[in-house]
Amino acid sequence: MSTTDTTARQSTDVATTISTFTGRYVSLLPTFAAITILIALLVGAELYFGNFLTPRNVSALLLDNAYLMVLAVGMTFVIVTAGIDLSVGSVMAFTGILGASLIASGIPVIIVIPVMLVAGAAIGLLIGVLVQYFNVQPFIASLAGLFLGRGLAYVVSLNSIRVEDPVLVWMRTRIPLGDFYIAPTGIIAIFTVIIGALVMHFTRFGRTVYAVGGSEQSTRLMGLNVARTKVMVYVISGLCGGLAGLLLTAYTGAGYPRNGIGTELDVIAVVVIGGTLLTGGRGYVLGSMIGVFVFGTIKTIISFMGAEQSWTHIIVGVLLLVFVVVQRAIVSRSQQKE
Amino acid sequence: MSADTEVQPIVKMCGITIAFPGVLALDGVEFRLLPGEVHSLMGENGAGKSTLIKALTGVYSLDSGTITVAGRERRFEATADAQAAGISTVYQEVNLCANLSVGENVMLGHEKRKYGAIDWRATYAEAEKHLAGLGLEIDSRAQLARNSIAIQQLVAIARAMVLDAKVLILDEPTSSLDRGEVEQLFGVIRDLRDTGVAILFVSHFLEQVYEISDRITVLRNGKLVGEHVAKDFPKDALVAEMIGRELDDLAAISDRADRAIDRSGTPVLKATGIGKRGVLSPADLEVYKGEVVGFAGLLGSGRTELVRLLYGADRSETGEIQIDGKSVRIHTPRHAIDHGIALSSEDRRAEGVVADLTVAENMILGIQARRGWLHPISKTEKDAVVKEYMSALGVRPANPNVPIGNLSGGNQQKVLLARWLATAPELLMLDEPTRGIDVGAKADIQRKVAELSEKGLSVIFVSSELEEVLRIAQRVLVLRDRRAIGEIESHSVDLDGLVDYIANSEEVSVMR
Repeated sequence: MSTTDTTARQSTDVATTISTFTGRYVSLLPTFAAITILIALLVGAELYFGNFLTPRNVSALLLDNAYLMVLAVGMTFVIVTAGIDLSVGSVMAFTGILGASLIASGIPVIIVIPVMLVAGAAIGLLIGVLVQYFNVQPFIASLAGLFLGRGLAYVVSLNSIRVEDPVLVWMRTRIPLGDFYIAPTGIIAIFTVIIGALVMHFTRFGRTVYAVGGSEQSTRLMGLNVARTKVMVYVISGLCGGLAGLLLTAYTGAGYPRNGIGTELDVIAVVVIGGTLLTGGRGYVLGSMIGVFVFGTIKTIISFMGAEQSWTHIIVGVLLLVFVVVQRAIVSRSQQKE
Repeated sequence: MSADTEVQPIVKMCGITIAFPGVLALDGVEFRLLPGEVHSLMGENGAGKSTLIKALTGVYSLDSGTITVAGRERRFEATADAQAAGISTVYQEVNLCANLSVGENVMLGHEKRKYGAIDWRATYAEAEKHLAGLGLEIDSRAQLARNSIAIQQLVAIARAMVLDAKVLILDEPTSSLDRGEVEQLFGVIRDLRDTGVAILFVSHFLEQVYEISDRITVLRNGKLVGEHVAKDFPKDALVAEMIGRELDDLAAISDRADRAIDRSGTPVLKATGIGKRGVLSPADLEVYKGEVVGFAGLLGSGRTELVRLLYGADRSETGEIQIDGKSVRIHTPRHAIDHGIALSSEDRRAEGVVADLTVAENMILGIQARRGWLHPISKTEKDAVVKEYMSALGVRPANPNVPIGNLSGGNQQKVLLARWLATAPELLMLDEPTRGIDVGAKADIQRKVAELSEKGLSVIFVSSELEEVLRIAQRVLVLRDRRAIGEIESHSVDLDGLVDYIANSEEVSVMR
């Protein structure tokens, strides 16, 4: 008698624990899925190739994708508000070529870097204002930003401009960490992720970003500043575009107006794979970082296999499809709970 | 009564006027709210209740008039201003963020901070304190969406407490709650009232209004009708004030409609026990050839619900429908249309007109839908139909090629009527065909209905204006609290009788 009582109580305890857990953390599930996929990819590749998880490869994973990571941070802010920013690739190209040309004309790097960041943020501001005050769809407004950025990049220069500035050269210097190495560009990317995550989680602005994505109408009625929040996320995304332009220029040693064509789609893909809902309201900056690693790992695996790089996009496309469906299922299940 | 005048009102609204293009939504309305009272704002749809609330919460700006809160005159530019003045609102559709946790929804924008960063532990502790104050013991870290609407509503009230609200506005808070949940909410409301919070309560459930209110203010057509102490204000007086009894010169229509209906044959429509759980208790209805049956009852009484069940817009769970004596299935509007039933919906803008299409295109939609999209209508036929109804109904402007969105409400309604008449239905259901349109157009539409029914069309006429229902219907089905409570021959009763029937019919029990 008493034993059945205890088992019954234990099982209800377990049931409550599970329901408390799912009640609290259901939105983390897609990100857990991304981590699982990343681990599976890394372990699978190591088992298959035998020499995949080398310090060199792992270090390159961060450095090769530093610019993507920075863009993904900005994009996460935008997508969590249920917006989208298609301009990031061309903003990166524009600020990159702008910086390279300013440095080439002898302007000190201490001025050039802020100018690059401000230029990115300014395009973001323009998009944000269009979205918020002129009621333009984010897709359309940022498409305008995409063309504007690309056009401005060509205005600055039609050809690649080499950068020999010592600061930018230093930024790609490899600092050894045992067998691993890192460069300042990678450190900047990691810092951007950390700052992004802290802002999202520990500031009222960050929480308002989530609230807007959940329900813009409610957020307004709750007395929060929706307009400022929505403009700010595009400014942040533009700023990240400027920073990515700096990282890419430092990394490649040149500014090039054709950089980042189609990058905006890669960025959106990694953000979604990292667990951010395109419908807004849910997502994590750290998840987007995982998404970047998944993307980078797939790219490396493809080049290990000696296959065409276009396979990267096929595989990322399939992953994206699976993730969107999984997210859809999670959302509709949590809505049923009402 | 004397106590009323001694207490300083916490909210005083004087001469509030708000105009929208073509409509005077509020016309010099006075309203006052005392601390520690539950005050119900009553009125039919379009009376100006929600406009008044939106003026008080800073959603709409005033064209003239003043709002004084706690002795200080205020101008609200946005919701945030009203909240800062201590006015919080809980809406019918819970306006919280379902993707965030319960605790965050309570504290959003007021999170506790330490060294500039949000201190989550303290924030949740504060949220739990406010939730516990309302007797809510739920996991404050769980997602809001995992809780019932009733709980979400209480969470919204907890949020108002964080804002230290002096005035709490509850706009139709009970419409999606069951009886037990309503009791829980009312318990919370009473506790808050006893701590001195002024509560403005809006509901179309009369029983609930009387259960909870200390005072009642009635609006009609954007004007203040009266302010009363609830316990000295009988229910039928309230209904009469809400509905109004303006005299009009529509007696001719009334005479016309006052004729005997042959009810010996087979009814055009016979519904037995049609209903749906939570929407409408099973109801019976018969409509004969050439008869106009009116549905009367207050908003939310089940009028629209019954019409939608008959039309298949909502699927009934019980009962059967016979058309001309044959049992039929009506599960979708398409079935209804195939059986010659047409519905002109209550919500003209959302479910009726296609604003970007022209008047002619809007008129043709009904025939086209009945024929199927694969059978185009020839231009000559189209022109003939359009021409016939433009003149028969007197649509203004008489140009069929302007977008319907440019027409006034009354003329849009005429076009909708034409759309369904053109399909030559046997039974036409009109849900609130005269809402929000001017007197002339109202008369036109009623005249047309009377004329068509004389020619043999059966009509179900739903309106919150009882005179209208009495004027053109031969028989009136009375609904209340989502039940059909009885049927009256319209010539056997006058307006007072009908109002009395709606308010006091013995059928109405305390149970809802």
